[in-house]
Amino acid sequence: MTVEELVEFQAREQARQRALANRIYCCTAAGCISCGAEGLRSAIAGAIRDAGLESRVEVCGSGCLGLCSKGPLVLSSADGALYGELTPSEGRLLVSDAAPSREPLARKRLDLNAPFFTRQLKIVLANAGRVDPEKLADYIAQGGYQALAKAVTEMTPQEVIEEVKRSGLRGRGGAGYPTGLKWELVARQPSPIKYVVCNADEGDPGAFMDRSVLEGDPHRVLEGMAIAGYAVGAEQGYIYVRGEYGLAIQRLQMAIKQAEREKLLGNRVLETGVQFRVDLRIGAGAFVCGEETALIASIEGKRGQPRQRPPYPPESGLWEKPTLINNVETFANIPPIITQGGDWFASIGTETSKGTKVFALAGKIAHTGLIEVPMGTTLRTIVFDIGGGVPGGKFKAAQTGGPSGGCIPEQFLDVPVDYESLTEIGSMMGSGGLIVMDDSSDMVDVARFFMEFCMDESCGKCIPCRAGTVQMHDILSRLTRGEGTAEDLRLLEELSVLLRETSLCGLGQTAPNPVLSTLRYFRHEYEAKLAPGGRP
Amino acid sequence: MSVKTLSIDGKMVTGMAGETIFNAAWEAGIRIPRLCHVGGVSDVGACRLCLVEIEGYKKLMAACMTPVEEGMVVHTNTERLRAHRRLILELLFAERNHVCAVCVMNGQCELQDLAAEAGMDHVRLRYRFPKLGVDTSHERFGLDHNRCVLCTRCVRVCDEVEGAHTWDVSGRGERSIIIADLGEPWGRSESCTSCGKCVQVCPTGALFAKGKAVGEMRKDRRFLKYIVTAREKHQWIR
Repeated sequence: MTVEELVEFQAREQARQRALANRIYCCTAAGCISCGAEGLRSAIAGAIRDAGLESRVEVCGSGCLGLCSKGPLVLSSADGALYGELTPSEGRLLVSDAAPSREPLARKRLDLNAPFFTRQLKIVLANAGRVDPEKLADYIAQGGYQALAKAVTEMTPQEVIEEVKRSGLRGRGGAGYPTGLKWELVARQPSPIKYVVCNADEGDPGAFMDRSVLEGDPHRVLEGMAIAGYAVGAEQGYIYVRGEYGLAIQRLQMAIKQAEREKLLGNRVLETGVQFRVDLRIGAGAFVCGEETALIASIEGKRGQPRQRPPYPPESGLWEKPTLINNVETFANIPPIITQGGDWFASIGTETSKGTKVFALAGKIAHTGLIEVPMGTTLRTIVFDIGGGVPGGKFKAAQTGGPSGGCIPEQFLDVPVDYESLTEIGSMMGSGGLIVMDDSSDMVDVARFFMEFCMDESCGKCIPCRAGTVQMHDILSRLTRGEGTAEDLRLLEELSVLLRETSLCGLGQTAPNPVLSTLRYFRHEYEAKLAPGGRP
Repeated sequence: MSVKTLSIDGKMVTGMAGETIFNAAWEAGIRIPRLCHVGGVSDVGACRLCLVEIEGYKKLMAACMTPVEEGMVVHTNTERLRAHRRLILELLFAERNHVCAVCVMNGQCELQDLAAEAGMDHVRLRYRFPKLGVDTSHERFGLDHNRCVLCTRCVRVCDEVEGAHTWDVSGRGERSIIIADLGEPWGRSESCTSCGKCVQVCPTGALFAKGKAVGEMRKDRRFLKYIVTAREKHQWIR
């Protein structure tokens, strides 16, 4: 479709949706599906058919509505009410107009004025509860693909890059490299062939941000990639998605087909001279393939092992061509930056960290789920206001950045969550997993768990990571059993430094972080475990 | 090709543009320890023994992978690097079953030499003692996984010089293991040409020639020289 047709299509679809008496959104993210969202959705659809209201009431899917602990979630657009833990029979009541029959629903209604909802700011997840991830029309109705249209018709590639630079957006995969600079590096390469790669190999334990974005709003990621392709001069994009994300893969495949059919992707994007195709590459279950050089090797069909950088991918990446690699959430931030401007985006967040960040709340927290907050929000707000606190226990620590991050103890609850502050206190932003631990957690065991993960996921190429993680895990296991000695503790620290300074890639370099941060803040727990004496 | 001048351990050294720090140092008589590097095949920077400190760089860099730059100031033998190398060697000794006293390569082994040079006279880590097999199915050679350090010299020499690509790595992490073809016994490998290059480049006793007494077991260093010459004359496929 052309740009004019896109605008017409949007107006038509908006009018159609406005004419409906009610549009009921069933959360069809993996979390809600696992607690029965599919059955609920078909029950509601059945009720609509039974009442003969097909032309006035519609039921559709939705991206993650956030409060996963109360799933399955349903949003009713007529009155803007959100319901949690609905059974199929209760779902059927939603269809009826009569007030009395709605009464049993009242106690399932969630308070949208609770801090969980009011303290959030949704940019990446803005379409959750507005767009059925399987319908292109829904995405277009919410202004989808207009950022791409604006980029290819009104802006030069350089202007797109300037806009992204002005926004101050930094990589959401964890390292926080300025996105605009990365784009510029790739754009400056003289090579006629370049690639755009979306890193969707989310692997941190307890993290499901990218998964939710892909499952809930796949077109947004495709649009972000297409804009990136236009900006840097690439005509081919790849999404490297982990094989475990079956639903995300299915929805991406569907979205790519829909977008190609409507000429929003492909040889003539929006019937202009711009080309951009996207293909999926499915990972086979190796955490290390989230490391960009290993990811490249994997797409090329080689063993997924990292290689020495430099050269960095913007210079020599996929098939030795300049390659732009960004994370899912980074690409999802691009369309609003283009439509609303870099300055708007830069007005949100802190001095050095702009915009919002999606976090997956997990562990000992009342409201498990997916949240999006402005950068600079304190951990206290996230854990206690939004997360609802630690049920039946006392907050002990929060782990951010997964196996590459660290534990943040109670005294830092008021530190603003941004790239620099988290690094300063020995953790990292990471991709957005946030695991809350209460006072029943044994910090040595936490360190052991993450080390076991790194040990299993080490590719085996370099010696410090391959053999070092094994030895560190061995020492940590001995410590948790009460068999460790003071010499073991010294060796553990020596190995931590070795891995950090000598490992080939980020996996090995950051593998000691959970150990170092727990040693920094909970050293007494380690010392209490030294033999003899065993566990206290 | 332009010439770069740099300082390595206080000595002024010249190297050609694109040449690695490792080569420039080697030619100037400065020996940087290495295990995965072997002249004549591509480098992978996996053993991390040749890491050097470069002034102005935040990270330690692998000398075998880092090209020389004008005015670089490189330190190859600081106390920090020596400590790292000793610990890496300790990790290697503890990882598999490196028992010098009963090894055919005793006295000829690069791993043993590195440990001696580094002053690694004991291992503080616990030995893992994995139970690994020995593949003696090949008529002339054998492969003892217990002595393998996974340097992948054999993989690269077989692929890049012989062009057979018989060897590769299977599994990951600690469970990584060198395999012939798709995990066949070496003797049944259809791609192996029995050229023996892998045996000559293996730094330890993992790949060995059968039917030789311990005293005769010596890797042919001229063989490596031949590979380097082949590289310069572009006599291999990649």
